[in-house]
Amino acid sequence: MSLVLIVLASAITNNIALTYFLGMCPFIAISKSLRGAAGMGLAVTVVVVLTTVANYLAYYLILVPLRIEFLAFVVFITIIAGIVQMLEILVERYLPSLYGIFGIFLPLITVNCVILAVSLFMILREYSFWGTVAYSFGSGFGWMIAITAMAGLRKHLAFSAPVKNLGDAGITIVLAGLMALAFLGFQGMLA
Amino acid sequence: MSGSGIRSSKAFATFVENIWSSNPIFVMVLGVCSSLAVTTMLANALVMGLSVTFVLCVSSLLISLVRKLIPEQVRLIVFMLIISTFVITVDLILRILLPDVSKALGPYIGLIITNCNLMGRAEAYAIKNPPGRSVLDSLGTGLGYTLVLLILGFMRELLASGSLFGVVLLRGWTSWNLANIAPGAFFLLASVIIVFNMLKRKKKTAVVTADKPRQR
Repeated sequence: MSLVLIVLASAITNNIALTYFLGMCPFIAISKSLRGAAGMGLAVTVVVVLTTVANYLAYYLILVPLRIEFLAFVVFITIIAGIVQMLEILVERYLPSLYGIFGIFLPLITVNCVILAVSLFMILREYSFWGTVAYSFGSGFGWMIAITAMAGLRKHLAFSAPVKNLGDAGITIVLAGLMALAFLGFQGMLA
Repeated sequence: MSGSGIRSSKAFATFVENIWSSNPIFVMVLGVCSSLAVTTMLANALVMGLSVTFVLCVSSLLISLVRKLIPEQVRLIVFMLIISTFVITVDLILRILLPDVSKALGPYIGLIITNCNLMGRAEAYAIKNPPGRSVLDSLGTGLGYTLVLLILGFMRELLASGSLFGVVLLRGWTSWNLANIAPGAFFLLASVIIVFNMLKRKKKTAVVTADKPRQR
């Protein structure tokens, strides 16, 4: 039950894009087409679960026993880069149809802050192993919901004329603000 | 880019350009995450801005010094290791010197590693240019970034609690909670972008009309 709560809380009430502002660069840059947004969202969800679990194991089985927790940043980013690289090679080799959907986004993911942030939050909040799995899945899924919804909203911009000085990025930020307001409505749902 | 590069050297022009006309947040929209997350208090915004500037400068310096030794295929992972080493340094320094701020910034100091500006500057400038110019380029980007953080931090802390740097300035101020929560951060950033674009357009049209009058 508490695992379900963790998933719902990280995906909806504490959405990682709309309350913690994470992954904003791709959120603004890649939300122009629905297809691209969904592919990126899927890639983030897959990678965030794999890397967070790997980082959990590395942190509690290697870094903590050796008392070198301060190296966490370097270890985490290396593990993330390695997993992303491996995943790209494997997907391209064995699942070429899937590669067309989300493989092209994989190289961009190493510097997506969602991935590293989920690992850092996992340590700050001291989740258990299954809690970590639930939290990382919820966060990735929530980010996917947010970017897909944003792509849907941006399609409608073609029919409207926002303030000229706002620019393309500016109007996306305003839309993100409105979405964050809407997501505030979910708060209290899980209290 | 803008016409004033006659008397200033090229490196200095890049420095100024990075602060204003290609500002990392307003123009490039890079590294937005931390600019929204840490700006609820002006002090946090200042510490974050300076930390990013520091990491930018020292990592650019180091990358530029060893740029001929880095094999091209593995350069991204080398950048990342260099950057994360300096981020660890900053994190440890902050934990000792400013424990409260360090706690308030939470994971966002660690997230400097994935701030796109760092990789961006390393890949676009430091790997191709000598150390002096690379540091100047990074300093410009870092200060441009800090500037935006300070503007946002100023507005958000003043509107949300009527204080600056924790000192109450407006007594009896009805706190405007929207500035403190996530949606408000998005709206304020958008309004700052509008003002920035207005100023920039004005300047550009002024330059254009001075150079060669164009009918519009």
